[in-house]
Amino acid sequence: MNYVWSFLVIFGVFFAAINGKMADCTKAVIDAAKGSVELAIGLIGIMAFWLGIMRLAEEAGLVRFLSRILQPVLRPLFPDIPKDDPALGAIVANLAANVLGLGNSATALGLKAMTELDRLNPAKKTASNAMCTFLALNTSTITLIPATIIAVRASAGSANPAEVIGTIFVATCVATIVAIVAVKTLEKLPAFKVTPSQEVQNG
Amino acid sequence: MADFFAGLLKVASDWAIPILAAGIVLIALLRKVKIYEVFIEGAKEGFNVGVRIIPYLVAILCAIALFRASGALDLLGSMIRPLTDLIGMPSEALPMALIRPLSGSGALGVMSEIMKTHGPDSFLGRVVSTMMGSSETTFYVLAVYFGSVGVSKIRHALWAGLIADMAGLLSAVWICRWVFGG
Repeated sequence: MNYVWSFLVIFGVFFAAINGKMADCTKAVIDAAKGSVELAIGLIGIMAFWLGIMRLAEEAGLVRFLSRILQPVLRPLFPDIPKDDPALGAIVANLAANVLGLGNSATALGLKAMTELDRLNPAKKTASNAMCTFLALNTSTITLIPATIIAVRASAGSANPAEVIGTIFVATCVATIVAIVAVKTLEKLPAFKVTPSQEVQNG
Repeated sequence: MADFFAGLLKVASDWAIPILAAGIVLIALLRKVKIYEVFIEGAKEGFNVGVRIIPYLVAILCAIALFRASGALDLLGSMIRPLTDLIGMPSEALPMALIRPLSGSGALGVMSEIMKTHGPDSFLGRVVSTMMGSSETTFYVLAVYFGSVGVSKIRHALWAGLIADMAGLLSAVWICRWVFGG
């Protein structure tokens, strides 16, 4: 992330200088900073709602139940998560919400899953394999209802706004398979190893 | 048939949240959970999470905004165009592929623009719709999710996400070519 971030900033300023777009850049950064806070604040309400509901589901034993029945599917993807751990239930809740296209509610459930995974993470501040796998699945999950896209197509005067549901479904299936293969391959590379010092320092 | 399927999905999407909330409350009630207290206790965390992700969001969204406003994306586009031409991606769809992982609203803008000029039912209109749906604003998602638990060393997560996006974007082009022709 250090390199990616530096790349974006340094190359951005460099090209802004060449293209004579410094004023645009200044405005873009200020707007983005303001927008980030608005985004985060906007999430608070829906976060609070879902965290409340999820706590109820936990106390009622529903999260654990969900974890248990989906164990066979999720176990190979998340070998580091202990048996029957509620983290699996939270992951499933987020992925299901994603599939249904529930937007911010899906985000709220996803952040709950991250909290659960953080609890199991031996090296705080460093991503665990389970977190990376979860996010790879999350960013590529199969979409059944691309509501925004259908709305934009309809307003652009499409004769059949929903006709892309099929192609999107197939393309996201491909993306999900590639994501799983990629994340499982990359986690084994030496460049992405969790160093023992990170574990000792934080764990 | 497709319309029926789409209608069914729409109903599922509309009903999911209320039914889920009511179902969970009902089961918790049967299990004698102290509904109100427990809900409040969980909801309290919402504020902290929202505030915790702010620095991460500011960092990533500002860097992306700067990069986009500088016009660097156009240059990147002309650099990789020969490659994307080779694999059969329409050159009008290339800006979409570049912006999709960086900015959701930016991608939505590009998609609407292409539909306005080429029509939503043109091959290009269908391709960009499929591209939009088959990939994710990976940078934003990683910033929010990792930010919420204070993780700054994200290891292979970004690369895995970008590889998945690329797979989604490229397969969108191929699948549209196959299904819609063009």
